[in-house]
Amino acid sequence: MSIFVDENTRVVVQGLTGSQGRFHGVRNRDYGTKVVAGVTPGKGGESVEGIPVFDTVAEAVAETGADASFVAVPPRGAPAAILEAASAGIALVVCITEHIPAKDEALVYNRLRREHPATRLVGPNCPGVISPGKCNIGITAGEIALAGGPVGIVSRSGTLTYQALHELSQQGIGQTTCVGIGGDRVPGTSFLDVLSAFEDDPETKAVMLIGEIGGSEEERAASYIADKMTKPVVAYIAGLTAPEGRTMGHAGAIVSGSSGTARAKIEALEAAGARVGRSPSEAGEIMVEVVHGLG
Amino acid sequence: MDLYEYQGKQVLARYAIPVSKGAVADTVADAVAAAERFGYPATIKAQVKVGGRGKAGGVKLANDRAEAELHATNILGLDIKGHIVRRLWIETSSEIAREYYVSLTLDRAAKLHLAMISARGGIDIEQVADEDPDAIERLEIDPVNGLEEKEVRSAVERSGIDELARDGVVDVLLKLYRCYIEGDCDLVEINPLILTPSGDVHALDAKVTLDDDAAFRHPEWSEFADAEPDDPRERFAKEKGLNYVGLEGTVGIIANGAGLAMSTLDVVNQVGGSAANFLDIGGGANADVMANALEVINSDLNVRAILVNIFGGIVHCDDVARGIITAMGRVSLSSPIVVRLDGTHAAEARDLLEPHLSSTLVREETMLDAARRAVDLAQGPQG
Repeated sequence: MSIFVDENTRVVVQGLTGSQGRFHGVRNRDYGTKVVAGVTPGKGGESVEGIPVFDTVAEAVAETGADASFVAVPPRGAPAAILEAASAGIALVVCITEHIPAKDEALVYNRLRREHPATRLVGPNCPGVISPGKCNIGITAGEIALAGGPVGIVSRSGTLTYQALHELSQQGIGQTTCVGIGGDRVPGTSFLDVLSAFEDDPETKAVMLIGEIGGSEEERAASYIADKMTKPVVAYIAGLTAPEGRTMGHAGAIVSGSSGTARAKIEALEAAGARVGRSPSEAGEIMVEVVHGLG
Repeated sequence: MDLYEYQGKQVLARYAIPVSKGAVADTVADAVAAAERFGYPATIKAQVKVGGRGKAGGVKLANDRAEAELHATNILGLDIKGHIVRRLWIETSSEIAREYYVSLTLDRAAKLHLAMISARGGIDIEQVADEDPDAIERLEIDPVNGLEEKEVRSAVERSGIDELARDGVVDVLLKLYRCYIEGDCDLVEINPLILTPSGDVHALDAKVTLDDDAAFRHPEWSEFADAEPDDPRERFAKEKGLNYVGLEGTVGIIANGAGLAMSTLDVVNQVGGSAANFLDIGGGANADVMANALEVINSDLNVRAILVNIFGGIVHCDDVARGIITAMGRVSLSSPIVVRLDGTHAAEARDLLEPHLSSTLVREETMLDAARRAVDLAQGPQG
């Protein structure tokens, strides 16, 4: 099994006719994902490499039975695109768009929670969700993932998600699902959501968590691991050497005073029983040991 | 983007929040002229983007021309926690009966907006927050509902703010919420928000941080962008539109994505080296961006080796490879480059780089090996 997506997931790409949407949408399809439709207002009736384009998500759902959306729309239009997908009954919305204003993200998050509780948003500003061999929604290069499990990956950083997939695949360790939740301040899906889904997934036997400086999501994840998780967790936290008070790329990645430091997050995770690697490769090596010890 | 106090006050004033009359001055003569114009006593305040300036001697009261001259002379050029004062804000002094605290920011854990209100504002607010958290009233605001006057009023009452000031504080908070939402601020903080003996409520300081991602709908922000970073490398990077933070070490770093860039810094450190910078070429990196990044790093005289660590997702590795080759033709790079490429179009990128590999352009298979090689080169016989 996998979480959030599987081989039956039917994907509509919002923004399929744009350069990002076209490149990654077609690549997702070529990976084997059921990319059944695209949406670009005003371009209904066209097609992109055989994928039909509709004016609205509702039409795409009615015509193709799409149940997941890949939002590849620029920041000005992305909030409305996410809400349109939710209104059309889409269960999973994956938004890769970066630089969406925080006010818009907060509004979208709370509107989804209230008006569309059945819709899960992953992102914005995330690499997407991949269940190797079954479904890839987003910008992850599918060939770096390895099918068959038993590890689930959840990551707050884009490129480190690829690094984590790569470290495990190089060692011959497969993944059930890899979820990039994104580094923005108001992510639709949190570490907790993904950890609990992995805890409930019988095929996932261990979890790799990739965090970074800023905020307190890793600390909250640590409490959850201590209280609820029965499966082993291996973690890596980026930013041990990040200077205080300087935003390191992501809006969320900043150490201010004593809060948000990598040190504090590592300590919280270790206290919760997770093993923490000091580099992505060390975390990969620890996971190899953990998987071999699963029996 | 963090604003200076005087810029923050301009933002507050746009939403009709009462602030003192004042003027900026970059020289002692201008400071004295401003004080003469507004009358004494005048407050002379250092404009720095760091807290604690009052305790560092950056805020002084001048009762006459001689004092204005003395304080302006002392404060200009003052080093406050590494920030050199280059600009002053001169304003009419206010009589203070009470000092309060109000702010609005995003509560990331609750994913709601958060207003904080305290009857115990002033320079010790952080101590109050540590020792007596109940002295700060917290009001969570659902972005869908917005802020209702009756909620604000009851929060202000609970906070223990004096009865005489309550109408004024409620009014400021409602305006501040509009400023925070419509103005796309990450943070608006007024500390102190004062009550004058005559019963007026008034913002005596302003700390405003703007959400850079919302710049597209705020053309008026362009006036705030003039302040240049002190670090010449950061100025150059900003001209080139790069996400760069200058550090002290000898290994120049270029990576894609904030997480991988931070991780690269950590790994360089772990294998005994030190990073000269953080540079995230982001998701839209093409050959030109890559060439600009190499030029910026090349301008840093401390750099002894350059580590390019790319895991292609949205970034195509072959674009990065073309950027490296372009840069090597465009500028004479003074340090060797170590490259590690994986992900989207990595095989194409390796083929492109192959004929260019030399003692000054080295490719490694893994992030760890690339970091070790770069650190070795940085510590090598040169320099």
